[in-house]
Amino acid sequence: MSNPLISARGLTKKFGDFTAVNGIDFDVYKGESFGFLGPNGAGKSTAMRIIGATSQRTSGTISILGKDPELHGPQIRAHLGVVPQQDNLDMQLSVAENLYIYGRYFGLSRKFVKGKVDELLAFAQLEEKRDAKVENLSGGMKRRLTIARALVSEPEILMLDEPTTGLDPQARHILWDRLFRLKEQGVTLLITTHFMDEAEQLCDRLIVMDKGSIMAEGSPASLIKNYATKEVLEIRFGSDRNQEMGAKLRTMCERIEELPDRVLMYTEDGEALLEKIYAADFHPKTSLVRRSSLEDVFLRLTGRTLIE
Amino acid sequence: MAVAIAEKRVGKLGERVYSGRVPQLLERGFIAFKSSTYMIVISGFLEPVLYLLSFGYGIGKLLPTITVGSETIKYAAFIAPALLATSAMNGAIYDSTMNVFFKLNHDRIYHGMLATSMGPLDVALGEIGWALLRGFSYACAFMAVIAPLGLVESVWGLLAIPAAVLIAFGFASCGMAVTSYMKSFQQLEIVNMFLLPMFLFSGSFYPISVFPQWLQFTVNLMPLTHAINLVRGLCLGHINMALLGHALYFVVMIVFGLIFTTKRLNALFMK
Repeated sequence: MSNPLISARGLTKKFGDFTAVNGIDFDVYKGESFGFLGPNGAGKSTAMRIIGATSQRTSGTISILGKDPELHGPQIRAHLGVVPQQDNLDMQLSVAENLYIYGRYFGLSRKFVKGKVDELLAFAQLEEKRDAKVENLSGGMKRRLTIARALVSEPEILMLDEPTTGLDPQARHILWDRLFRLKEQGVTLLITTHFMDEAEQLCDRLIVMDKGSIMAEGSPASLIKNYATKEVLEIRFGSDRNQEMGAKLRTMCERIEELPDRVLMYTEDGEALLEKIYAADFHPKTSLVRRSSLEDVFLRLTGRTLIE
Repeated sequence: MAVAIAEKRVGKLGERVYSGRVPQLLERGFIAFKSSTYMIVISGFLEPVLYLLSFGYGIGKLLPTITVGSETIKYAAFIAPALLATSAMNGAIYDSTMNVFFKLNHDRIYHGMLATSMGPLDVALGEIGWALLRGFSYACAFMAVIAPLGLVESVWGLLAIPAAVLIAFGFASCGMAVTSYMKSFQQLEIVNMFLLPMFLFSGSFYPISVFPQWLQFTVNLMPLTHAINLVRGLCLGHINMALLGHALYFVVMIVFGLIFTTKRLNALFMK
């Protein structure tokens, strides 16, 4: 494979006594969509800020396009489009003005940026909101505008920190669609998320992070293959009985997780397992057979769920 | 293209914190001004005019002239330069405290700016530059009011405009440094607690020679006193070495404020 765009070795960030990122190694290659999956506080955003040359590492090495962000901040940031977790649009300006001035911040010419604004308004489906004040936009529109803004400098790497947190399902799907298009155009995407469906949808390859460390790395499919079974049977006996029933069912499947609200049974064939359970005279209140997901991978690796 | 632009600065002084984007930040100021902030600017201009009308006319009736050194001048001509200096200060302080605080903590605009190929010194100079432009336009507008009224005694008074910019520069760069430490909106009140007494006691409305020695000494340490003495000296044509001293006070404020602001912005954004 060619040289990685981003390469980190033993990357560590401490805030006082607290270690936010604990010696992580990863490589990101051109054109791929790379994810950081983990719960809040896993160190994903901190890692993103170090890559974005707006935070200084405590130790380890990182190179972005062959450069050290500590020494070449402005030059590295010229390659990046950043979509922060918290929108930081310019509330005093209109939608189009936000895009325009952001391009100017990169030193781009007025003429170039003006052409870009029209193109990006179309991309973000915000043409009708062109002259609207930013504060009057919906959450989904603000997010799309933030992404469009990050594209104004035609970056090679687009970094998205929790891109769909706080959005309703429809807004999320519109946004995912836009990100797919960028991926098709060959933009390298860096995404942090605590939504396993988002990671499965968008990422070619990801690292699963918890408490500042990498727990696993691979494609969504390979992670599921390595850390979970093909299917999961979710059954509920009522919150006071899940624990007790879990203990009785343990021998019937490869692995079992007893959560407060449900029991997860890992198996290659969920329907067959459910029949066996009924045959053994157990009567769950509800049952659901589904494909294993990254959520199950995370549960396996850490014993905890992603969203707590 | 953005990359080629950024690469041009490699090897130049301050390349890690500065990318030469002050004009772009001023451009943002103009766009925002057109659409939303013009009311604040108008009120900033009206304030000294209202003071001049109320005090110059009101007190001017009771006290038509005032003696400064060996010269007797109209009362309104005594306070006009002080109001010019004060409005330069107020405009600069408003921009560098209230405005900066909101952009920093509420709208998080600087976070967005610093994710581009700009650096913290660009942001500091851009914001301060905007405060200066405002200080400059206030000074010109106020001058256009007081000169026809015959309240500027000397042609040296023209230099009061660049002096007002210097004053605004000093206050803006220190104001921004102070604001970077503020954690809440309420803490900004501390700035006002400092400004109001300074305005009232710095010799705006009467010479500070009426104060007891210890108070005169304290007042002479305050930046606004030097600002007023500088502008008043120029407007009255009292040109002497003391004016250089007053100007130097602001040069020190500027250097000190800029160093601090850049350090603080680096600490805040490069955590």
